Amino acid sequence: MTGDDTRHLPLEDIHVAAGARFGAFAGWSMPLTYPAGVMKEHLHTREQAGLFDISHMKLFEVSGPEAVALLNRACPLDAGALQISQSKLSFFLNEAGGILDDLIVTRLGDSRFMVVANAGNAVADEKHLRALAADFDARVEPLDRVFLAIQGPEAWAALSRAGIETGSLLFMHGVEPRKNWFMSRSGYTGEDGFEIGLSEADARDLVAKLLGDERVLWIGLAARDSLRLEAGLCLHGQDITPETDPASAALMWAIPKDIRASGAFIGADALRAAVERGPAQKRVGLKPEGRRPVRGGAALFDADGNPAGQVTSGGFGPSAGHPVAMGYVSTPLAKPGTRVFADVRGMKIPVDISSLPFTPHRYRKG
Amino acid sequence: MATTYFTSDHEWLRVEGGVATVGITDYAQEQLGDLVFVELPETGKKLTKGDTAVVVESVKAASDVYAPVDGEITEANGTLSSDPSLVNSAATGAGWLWKMKLADESQLAGLMDEAAYKAHIG
Repeated sequence: MTGDDTRHLPLEDIHVAAGARFGAFAGWSMPLTYPAGVMKEHLHTREQAGLFDISHMKLFEVSGPEAVALLNRACPLDAGALQISQSKLSFFLNEAGGILDDLIVTRLGDSRFMVVANAGNAVADEKHLRALAADFDARVEPLDRVFLAIQGPEAWAALSRAGIETGSLLFMHGVEPRKNWFMSRSGYTGEDGFEIGLSEADARDLVAKLLGDERVLWIGLAARDSLRLEAGLCLHGQDITPETDPASAALMWAIPKDIRASGAFIGADALRAAVERGPAQKRVGLKPEGRRPVRGGAALFDADGNPAGQVTSGGFGPSAGHPVAMGYVSTPLAKPGTRVFADVRGMKIPVDISSLPFTPHRYRKG
Repeated sequence: MATTYFTSDHEWLRVEGGVATVGITDYAQEQLGDLVFVELPETGKKLTKGDTAVVVESVKAASDVYAPVDGEITEANGTLSSDPSLVNSAATGAGWLWKMKLADESQLAGLMDEAAYKAHIG
């Protein structure tokens, strides 16, 4: 993508005024860090509340008499079994069972759903969903919204002070609290928190109120990445790709049992075959020994020097206090405590298979 | 009397008696963000200008720091093993990276003084 095609956030002026350092991500110019720096931003989110501009992500409204049928075809999901306001992690799969994107689907009404897709896949997702919708009595409407996330133990209190009561909303549920607003209790940090889609005008008003609260700080993409990695959450394009299926990605928990057995979603046959065969590799947490970070792309070897897999995301975990990573290893090695070795600039760094997450999730489940 | 030089790769060298103390500039540490690990060179290692001398790792990425001139490592800043954040808090002081005995002092003529470096980073 050339510089001319780079997309800019609607609230870019606010980020500039806040002193953000920008960088390219998924075709967007995104705030990477603010003057506090990645370490403080990360820790602040875990201790108080972090505000993230995630408007690069895309919201789609799927509606119509056959919206349930369309989603059941597009995703390994039982859309009709979702309660109104319930959200579920799901995927678009290709015919080989590979993950085209991971999405959050929320039921807004009997025949109305919100789908939140990743920035890098938004255009392809829309095309994919629209092509499938041709066979159903259903509409796919991309929404023009600013999308904000507020994450951390004080997120609900900061929203409350800003006039937004989140009261009985539980983790992985979403509602429309105001006209053209979508608010879900979810996020990508492992903390309690919310994601809110709203108009630019409403967003400017909400941001001003939130930043007036000393508990709230802007948090950039760099800390978003270290937070989600500590929380053991996948980044599409790195940890999950069209070449990985939900079985090898250890994400089968997101697919209901009866759907695994008899769902008619795209990729169903391939996924069933993959589950039956058993994945050759599995996604695992990786804890490097010592202080030296092991980065995505590093090759992994077993104790005898045989290829054992690869690291897909890696860095330093400010809350964990040590380097953290995730990646894929051959299934027999995919047990916590197994030691493998990562190649870092020709050195073999000991790395232990670790359970995920590295920092405990603190979701508000009820 | 020590003389300080700068490179376009955002390193500083303080030269005294044929030995240069080398670090990265405050501008560079700001660009890199919070450092979490510094891979230090071994004493006695001979470097040619442009060789990777040190790798500094931030939360997000690893970056090479190059030898600005030819020479031999005489000392690495071991304090950074336990506290890499010194490079952020004191880039031009306690956060120095290594010392090297210069092989050819005439190479220093190609480097910048502080005024030229300030103009370089704008």
